[in-house]
Amino acid sequence: MRDVRSTTRWTAAAGLALAVFAVGACGGTSRSGTSPSRAKAHTLTVFAAASLTTAFGAYARDFTTARVHYSFGGSDQLAAQIEHGLKPDVFAAANTQLPERLFAKGLVSRPVRFAANRLVIAVPARAAKVRGIRDLERPGVAIAIGSPTVPIGSYTRAVLARLGPGTRTAILRNVRSQEPDVNGIVGKLTQGAVDAGFTYATDVRATKGALRAIPLPRSAQPVVAYAAAIVSGAAEVPAARAFLSGLLAGPGRHDLQAAGFLPPPAASSSTR
Amino acid sequence: MIRRTWFPIVLGAALALALAFLALPVIAIFTNTAPGRIIGKLGDPAATDALRLSLETSSIAMAAVVAVGTPAAYILATRSFRGRSAVVTLVELPLVLPPAVAGIALLAALGPDGILGGALRTAHVELVLQTAGVVVALAFVGAPFYMRQAIAAFGAVDPSLIDAARTLGSSEAASFGRVAVPVAAPGLAAGLALAWARAIGEFGATLMFAGSLRGVTQTAPLAIYDRFATDFPAALALSAVLVVASAGLLLAVKLVPGRVVLAGAAR
Repeated sequence: MRDVRSTTRWTAAAGLALAVFAVGACGGTSRSGTSPSRAKAHTLTVFAAASLTTAFGAYARDFTTARVHYSFGGSDQLAAQIEHGLKPDVFAAANTQLPERLFAKGLVSRPVRFAANRLVIAVPARAAKVRGIRDLERPGVAIAIGSPTVPIGSYTRAVLARLGPGTRTAILRNVRSQEPDVNGIVGKLTQGAVDAGFTYATDVRATKGALRAIPLPRSAQPVVAYAAAIVSGAAEVPAARAFLSGLLAGPGRHDLQAAGFLPPPAASSSTR
Repeated sequence: MIRRTWFPIVLGAALALALAFLALPVIAIFTNTAPGRIIGKLGDPAATDALRLSLETSSIAMAAVVAVGTPAAYILATRSFRGRSAVVTLVELPLVLPPAVAGIALLAALGPDGILGGALRTAHVELVLQTAGVVVALAFVGAPFYMRQAIAAFGAVDPSLIDAARTLGSSEAASFGRVAVPVAAPGLAAGLALAWARAIGEFGATLMFAGSLRGVTQTAPLAIYDRFATDFPAALALSAVLVVASAGLLLAVKLVPGRVVLAGAAR
């Protein structure tokens, strides 16, 4: 009798402890927080660059192998999370350097290039303050760019470097915000908080007319290549492979094209 | 006897788990990286810029919150009128708003395309992407913490004290300044500390409304986010400073002399 009571007591305490741990664990790792419906048995977790939000959202609906849970953000933030031990199944970045860096550390498989993009000057469609790249140098023009560590920010700095030191200094003087990812730049533009920003061409297209793109001079246009890789120790490796192959030739490729992405530039990944 | 002992064990286990769960991440900020390295990272000019900006903007925001919030809370605590509880609920609402909602709300109200955007432009007041915008965001999220506490503190002041002052010939302004505020001071101080802690930690509304630019709008939490990708020890160093500052403010609340009436306890 006494033993039974004592067992019950410990079971209750242990059960409570497990419950608290379970709650804690869920709070720490789940991203969407909802339990998936069982239509697709597996759930693929994908860390993807903020600029892929629209295209990958469509791809999730077309992808039949598994449900897809996304965490969109600055590629640099996502890479740092993986470096600190987070294990999504797929990492898709807006450059090749970040996946290559993780590959060199053994954290992801060999990255594949799956898309390209162009940098543009994005302006609010109904505003006339900025009509060309020269206008960015005028005093009083407010500009938003990416922070130096996020791909959109480093591409932007590459563009500015090619425009010459005088132009670069004049444009940087007008920068009013350095956003952690490209969605932040788009938000500042659609809210009319800034007159211009450097974004990808696909970001302007995704606003469905709210923003207008001013092309950059060809000589200033950087190579913008997107690369993806399977995270080492991923829980859903077959589904991750299917996700990547669908990006290269399949529904993902189609969704990327529909969102305005270009085919990946000729692979130089073999040189790595 | 046995029936009596199992429940305290459950309680104890729950407390131990809660403590471990809540304290471990905070402790990890200080133990993840060598202290010398953390302190070294604070010498980084970008880090000191962010901390200085956080201190300045939160101080200005709190000065405004106290100047306007104290008399406003006094009215709400001492007058009864139709719709009073609706007004109190409105004052408290930003307390429970998600930071991203606060950011959107500020843009919708005070942004270039917001309700008052045109009026602000006419008056040549620039808030968005300016240091002044950070102050606005911090005041918006911090003010309810102060006002809620101030309403409770004024509500707990014995009305006969005010009446006595009035009977002795004090004007209402004098009885507010010489009686109500000094008596409610511990509660006001506690509210200020909580509001300040909330303001120092503000992230989402600041980023959306004021943006992120070093020395202008990049407060310490934004700088932490910025560094996470490239310089984890630097992010930890700034985090450690914020933990110490927040703990200091919380401790100030606990150590405030006199009897503090916590919001929610009164009325």
